[in-house]
Amino acid sequence: MTRHMTLKLLTAAVVTAMSAQAFAFEPKGKVDCIAPADPGGGWDFTCRSVGKILSELDFVPGNVQTINMAGAGGGVAFAHTVSKRAGDEQLLVAASTATTTRLAQGQFPGMNQDQVEWIGALGADYGAIAVSKDSPYNTLSEVMDALKKDPKSVKFAGGSAAGGWDHLKVLIAAQAADVENLPKVSYLSYNNGGEAITQVVGGHVQAFTGDISEIQGFMESGDLKVLAVLSEERLPGKLAEVPTAREQGIDAVAPNWRGFYIPAGVSDDAEQYWTTTLDSVYESEEWKDVMTKSGLMPFHKSGADFDAFVKAQIQDIQTLSKDIGLIR
Amino acid sequence: MESLGFLMQGFGIALQPENLMFAVLGAFLGTLIGALPGLGPANGVAILIPLAFTLGLSPETSLILLTSVYAGAMYGGRISSILLNIPGDEPAMMTCLDGYPMAQKGKAAEAMAISAIASFIGSLIATIGLIVMAPWLASFALTFGPAEYFALFVLAFATLGGITGKNPVKTLMAAAIGLMIATVGIDGSTGTQRYTFDVLELFEGIDFIIAIVGLFAISELLFFIEQHAGEGKPMIAMNKMTLKLKDIVAILPTSFRGGVLGFISGVLPGAGASLGSFISYTLEKKILGKKGNFGEGDPRGVAAPEAGNNGAASGALVPMLTLGVPGSGTTAVLLAMLISLNITPGPLMFTQHGDIVWGVIAALLIGNVILLLMNIPMVGIFVKLLSVPPKYLLPVVTMVAFVGIYSISHSTFDLYFMVAFGVAGYFLRKLDIPLVPVILGMLLGPEMEKNLRHAMQLSDGDWTILIGSPLAVTLWCIAIAGLLLPVIVGPILRRRMSAAKAATDA
Repeated sequence: MTRHMTLKLLTAAVVTAMSAQAFAFEPKGKVDCIAPADPGGGWDFTCRSVGKILSELDFVPGNVQTINMAGAGGGVAFAHTVSKRAGDEQLLVAASTATTTRLAQGQFPGMNQDQVEWIGALGADYGAIAVSKDSPYNTLSEVMDALKKDPKSVKFAGGSAAGGWDHLKVLIAAQAADVENLPKVSYLSYNNGGEAITQVVGGHVQAFTGDISEIQGFMESGDLKVLAVLSEERLPGKLAEVPTAREQGIDAVAPNWRGFYIPAGVSDDAEQYWTTTLDSVYESEEWKDVMTKSGLMPFHKSGADFDAFVKAQIQDIQTLSKDIGLIR
Repeated sequence: MESLGFLMQGFGIALQPENLMFAVLGAFLGTLIGALPGLGPANGVAILIPLAFTLGLSPETSLILLTSVYAGAMYGGRISSILLNIPGDEPAMMTCLDGYPMAQKGKAAEAMAISAIASFIGSLIATIGLIVMAPWLASFALTFGPAEYFALFVLAFATLGGITGKNPVKTLMAAAIGLMIATVGIDGSTGTQRYTFDVLELFEGIDFIIAIVGLFAISELLFFIEQHAGEGKPMIAMNKMTLKLKDIVAILPTSFRGGVLGFISGVLPGAGASLGSFISYTLEKKILGKKGNFGEGDPRGVAAPEAGNNGAASGALVPMLTLGVPGSGTTAVLLAMLISLNITPGPLMFTQHGDIVWGVIAALLIGNVILLLMNIPMVGIFVKLLSVPPKYLLPVVTMVAFVGIYSISHSTFDLYFMVAFGVAGYFLRKLDIPLVPVILGMLLGPEMEKNLRHAMQLSDGDWTILIGSPLAVTLWCIAIAGLLLPVIVGPILRRRMSAAKAATDA
């Protein structure tokens, strides 16, 4: 809590200091926001909701146009930004942990995280592990103890492909709990969280791994027991009753952050402008409103801080993926 | 009884002005598409999916639009069967048998009215069946684990050819092509890329919707160019209608039987509407025997297949909504649409997206009434539109396809891909290879693979899990029956079908 508060106060102070002085860069005309997926998904939402606030609060002169560029889990948009939009100062691209996961595992062939500028994150959805209401397991520690005895005793269903973020969440938790033989932990990949939950509720697979927002409805209806949320502290609102993994002695944190990168080759002034602008958006009442409505949890990093975070996350995922033999 | 409460909420959604408007629009476009020879319900829905994306419609509105198109196409198919002796779509084939002779006798308007009423009754019965059966099946569907799903997909493939399928080998080839296309992209179980050749656009696999629009809409255009079918074909003129209440009462028992039979054949995965209309026609002929003059313009011969194919249309929605397994080509297209809207069909859809499910079911009921109203007094308009030469219609269809596909992903790559699929579709049709199994293969293949691998993962490699539950064993038995029956019964049925057709043509 304290770390978060100091961070917030700091950014607030920076914002006030910055807003007093005029910027060397200000966007002129139309600003684009690329959502690297079809309309309706998380990235599309990030672009549209942030874009709306940017123009409402006059950070951009006109409107922010959301461009949907689906393909390769963000790879098509990444390639486009690197090769066709270098130096474009009027462009934001939505990103999330899915982007860093793919970068870490080399799934954007020939590209890496240093080819764009990571400017900030504006919220997160935290990983969670749940079981059906009739499950014998009541805490995450019990599940991990079972895995220590036999890594195949509990099988996990999730909405990402093998090696994707939902799979990694289980491994992050298992690793923190000192489970050996990680590659033997069974993960069943479904097309999306909903399908995976169906199988867990139906009693065919023992546990579900996904984001807390996917589970909330099933937690309230009583179909699922949420064993742990992979956040630093307990979440606000109705989710406060869900214990964190940390409380259970398993130091695993898995935020699926929502944020942006911009093309490389932009001026320092433009980069600074977008960084501080995202800080102001995060502090705004309008954005707090969006977060409450959409179930986004507090999570904010920007500038150099965010850049370091992204690179550390990629490093962690890479190590983990190597450990379990997903990549060489 | 709980269902009735949900249904009322569904009516609340379906009766919102915007949704009602799209239901009317869908019913109108559907009837038109169904009436045009060659463009069946699967094509109709495929062509209009991009429209729903372009307009940025909400999921429930998109689905209401598309199910209305679906229902409308089922009504529309009869128009050209009766007036031109060319079925507007495959399920309307049986309607030609008595519909065209009726029209020749100067009773075209009566045939239209009777078939519309029969369609209404068939659809109504099946929608009631859907309301009763779907929630029950949905709660039951939770017992489907990977092994049961795998058996169910095998069943769907086994019955794919259906009893009326022409050439089982070609059906099998088509399904195999679909399976091959589906292997492109990331493999969920291992995270490996398959057949992507480092082309970023292929990493997420090939989008069903691009394949569907290409295979159906673009190949249709190519056929049109080839045939130079610039002007329409001559058709029988409409007469003034003199339909009495007695005539309507006379077809009621036939329509009820047809609706029930249609519903049952629709629920079976893979069988679909053609089977529904075929079975109801043959059964009706059996029951009435010499009392009727089937093949020479008996009104009951028009009512039976129409009630059957409309019943099957709603019936096919049951497995699609509850299990995520399409019962026909068109529901496969609707399933692709649901998936791209991030909605997972299956048991939890009823609890998590109940508003959408019941909104769509209510829209089916409302759409049915709209269609009945549209198809009796306004049938003249469709007849007029049917005489609009395709040289004006097809370019519009093509434009909608291009704009729509581009608006989904803003990628020119997808457009090239769509055209490639169109060319492929053209050659496949030239070779008499049916297109619907290609789509079903694309859609069902990855699911079948995934469930087999999941079953193996859950049992730690023990194959007996596949026959580990009574449900799975039952499904395997039906699958085997589905595979063997067409081989035994198929030739007999087909011979009768062509004999009946030849008799009317003569």
